[in-house]
Amino acid sequence: MGLLLAIITALFFPGVILRMKSIASGRKGPGILQPWKNIWVLLRKSSVISTTTSYIFRLAPSFYLSTILCAGLLLPFPGMSPVFSFEGDFVLFAYLLALGKFLFIVGALDTGSSFEGMGANREALYSMLAEPAFFILFGTLALLTGHTSMAEIFDSFRFAGNHTFIIGFISVYLLIQIAMIENSRMPVDDPKTHLELTMVHEVMILDHSGFDLALIHIGTALKFGLYGGLIANFLLPVNWTFPAHVTFYFFIQILFALLIGFMESFRARKKLAKNPQFIVTLSSIALIAFILVLLITFKMIG
Amino acid sequence: MESFIILAPVILSFFILILPSGIRYYYSLALTVCIIGLTAIPAFNALIHPLNAPWNFVAGGSFGVITFTLDSLSAFFVLITNFAVFAGMLYSQGYLNPYRLSKSPAQLALHNFSFVWLQLSMLAVLMLRDGLAFLIAWELMAVSSFMLVLFEAEKRSTLKTAVNYLIQMHVGLVLLVIAFLLCEADTGQMNFDALQVYFSRHPNSPLFFLFFAGFAIKAGFIPFHTWLPDAHPAAPSHVSGVMSGVMIKMGIYGIVRVLTYVQSDFIIIGLALLIISSITGLLGVMMAIVQHDLKKLLAYHSIENIGIIGIGIGLGTMGLGLNNPILVSLGFAGGLLHVFNHSLFKPLLFFSAGSVYKAYHTRNIEQLGGVIHKMPQTAGLFLLGALAICGLPPLNGFISEFLIYIGLIKGLSAGNAYQSLTFLMVLISLTLIGGLAIFCFTKVFGIVFLGTNRTIPKSEISEAEKGMLIPQYLIAILIVLIGLVPIIFINPILGVINAQFHTLPGAFPVSLSPVFTQIGTLGVILILVTGTILLVRNEILKKRRVEKGPTWGCGYTASTPRQQYTGTSYTTNFGELAQPVLRQEEEFQPIQEEEIFPGMRFYAIHPTDIFRLAINRIIDICMLVLKKIARLQTGNIQHYILYAFVFILIIFVLLYLKVL
Repeated sequence: MGLLLAIITALFFPGVILRMKSIASGRKGPGILQPWKNIWVLLRKSSVISTTTSYIFRLAPSFYLSTILCAGLLLPFPGMSPVFSFEGDFVLFAYLLALGKFLFIVGALDTGSSFEGMGANREALYSMLAEPAFFILFGTLALLTGHTSMAEIFDSFRFAGNHTFIIGFISVYLLIQIAMIENSRMPVDDPKTHLELTMVHEVMILDHSGFDLALIHIGTALKFGLYGGLIANFLLPVNWTFPAHVTFYFFIQILFALLIGFMESFRARKKLAKNPQFIVTLSSIALIAFILVLLITFKMIG
Repeated sequence: MESFIILAPVILSFFILILPSGIRYYYSLALTVCIIGLTAIPAFNALIHPLNAPWNFVAGGSFGVITFTLDSLSAFFVLITNFAVFAGMLYSQGYLNPYRLSKSPAQLALHNFSFVWLQLSMLAVLMLRDGLAFLIAWELMAVSSFMLVLFEAEKRSTLKTAVNYLIQMHVGLVLLVIAFLLCEADTGQMNFDALQVYFSRHPNSPLFFLFFAGFAIKAGFIPFHTWLPDAHPAAPSHVSGVMSGVMIKMGIYGIVRVLTYVQSDFIIIGLALLIISSITGLLGVMMAIVQHDLKKLLAYHSIENIGIIGIGIGLGTMGLGLNNPILVSLGFAGGLLHVFNHSLFKPLLFFSAGSVYKAYHTRNIEQLGGVIHKMPQTAGLFLLGALAICGLPPLNGFISEFLIYIGLIKGLSAGNAYQSLTFLMVLISLTLIGGLAIFCFTKVFGIVFLGTNRTIPKSEISEAEKGMLIPQYLIAILIVLIGLVPIIFINPILGVINAQFHTLPGAFPVSLSPVFTQIGTLGVILILVTGTILLVRNEILKKRRVEKGPTWGCGYTASTPRQQYTGTSYTTNFGELAQPVLRQEEEFQPIQEEEIFPGMRFYAIHPTDIFRLAINRIIDICMLVLKKIARLQTGNIQHYILYAFVFILIIFVLLYLKVL
């Protein structure tokens, strides 16, 4: 269910961001489905493959997409059990995405281009730095709720009482920022930049074309859906009915997309050298949340 | 009869030295297989019936008795040792081929002989419980591996490394001897079982830490690791694979073995293990990233993995202290499974790296590139090993790291607040280790195997020969198998832990097996989904026009392979971040002001190990002191008689003052 909703989200998510950005900058902007029209065009195109590349380059995009799909199978939705749910499933969630990233990075390096090397290197560094924040966040939630699987964490989190408000706020903030980093969005990377030297994600796909490029675009859109799904899990009240859940879910997703579009319109990207600092800050915020939870559970006093 | 069975492999091994070179290898292989058969069958029995009394094998006669004991813990290590040695033996045939011309038959014979002895001594270490016999086997293991490292002794650096290795092993040996003697002084017995008595009478942590220091030198915990990054690259690849895959695990075995006798101080020991291991893991991988030597890089990754194993063991020990059987099971199971996993993917990586070295005659990452086009199978195997060592699903490394992860997360709410914080710090280290490992292996795989060649190789390159690929495929199958059906490997390990640490038998696996069934299923789904996407992709691309063209060069047409991203450029931004911990020495001539037309310049960058620097400083101080003392050595017989006289005088005075 989580995956299905994430897929539906992915259909309109990039479009909403684009539209928001164009409106904020005073343009009319393309239709909501334009990114998917582009992907459709790509899917039907023929491709050019670099002579430097090997089978890794051909395998990587497919792996990238399939790891994201499989991670989606772990995504919970309130009131429903996900396809796979077990203790510590968020570890697998993070590691599946990491597997996709590994192959994606290696695929970029396969072209032997310095540009792509730069992008690959930055992607590896940033995701390495962002990973602790995600784990501290879920460790905090596990400590707070006493559960270790995502579905149980979210279920009991919504019942855990008033003090969850502040933890929920920090969690949502962190997840939005992690989603931005993992998807190479604004403060860390600018998808609209036209200079290869300063790109992260875009420079890695310079040599991909046609079907493979489409797979990567689909994967990136889906990734937004996954993180959006995680965020929605914090916000959905558990005692609502299913249709209300779904409606509110999409409301949150659109809001999330609008927020990203809005933030990107009024924010400049950071200098590349400043990025690690920014990313590590997220871990410290997560650490504060953890200590807060330690205080809440009265363990510091006892 | 029993004595004969023990003696037979020892006597038979000496025939390696005298057999003609044509059949020598096959004879050694057969002998190895026989030894494996002899030990693996009882070991297998002991492993599937962990609660049975240990299997004893008494050999000896008028000169004394040696008892070989196989309990579940030894059995587990015996099995993984045998597998790694077998794979190494298979691989060595192809790897040593070019050396048959340059080395004398005697040297090759000695090499084979030492390899068999390394196996024998490792097995003996695992099965002997008597202190003296154990130490002798431990020493034999050090000496035989020293001989193996020394294979290319004509290189001066190899000789230096090997001697350094031998010295450090003996420092470890001295610590172990002291630890055993302390035990003997108190209990009158010098064996592992006497530790039970010792630990029930005395505080546990001091003796444990003494044992730990002795074993840690072998295992390569930081700061005891300095021999490791030199010895692994100096040895031939099959030896590095076996040394890194199983020999350093003998240190882990020793630590776990001693832990089974410890009765108190679990919290202190656990915390110390967690902290040392986290530091080992983090620094190990950080130093790995900046290396240029392919095998040295892998050696630093061994240190990292020892850290992960140590985290598992520390977690289990904390569980013992907190009376939390779940932590005990998860921690030790994670640690021991990681021992097994590392004994698979590390030899695989060393073997495939060895194949590259054999073909290109260089281990310098910056000079390689595009190996995948010449050696596609080796590249694929290296990639598999790299994915496994990064702990990525659906391979084996993920399973053991996952066990440790849930252990740590459960630990967050198990102890008091300060223990929670420690667990969180370890959790952060583990995620960072994972991320850094990915960073490192994307670099290695990308720079070495992908792109195009950075230098023109001296000879025609072709795929490694079959004999070298077969053992790698054997390992690869196990790696995938553990990843997809983990539970059949975890259950025996849980049995070992139940038997050794007397946790509630069967209490935990009930809730663990559905978790791993789901992980396994998801792994299969991942493979199927990827397969489907690839199938669709290929079908569609078949109908389309797929052109080949050069990599996009931003409009620049005259690009050369030397303009590719290098290992150093890949690590520059990380190196800047890690500046406080990693020291890199730059070697270059700055351009002078009066030089209007600067000439050719040379620039080199060398990663240095700060612990090496620290140890060197200690050695320098020792040398300084010793040089001063050396003045006493005048070579004059009268002086020496005077020294003896002064010594006796001092003794007399001390006796008179009742100091002695």
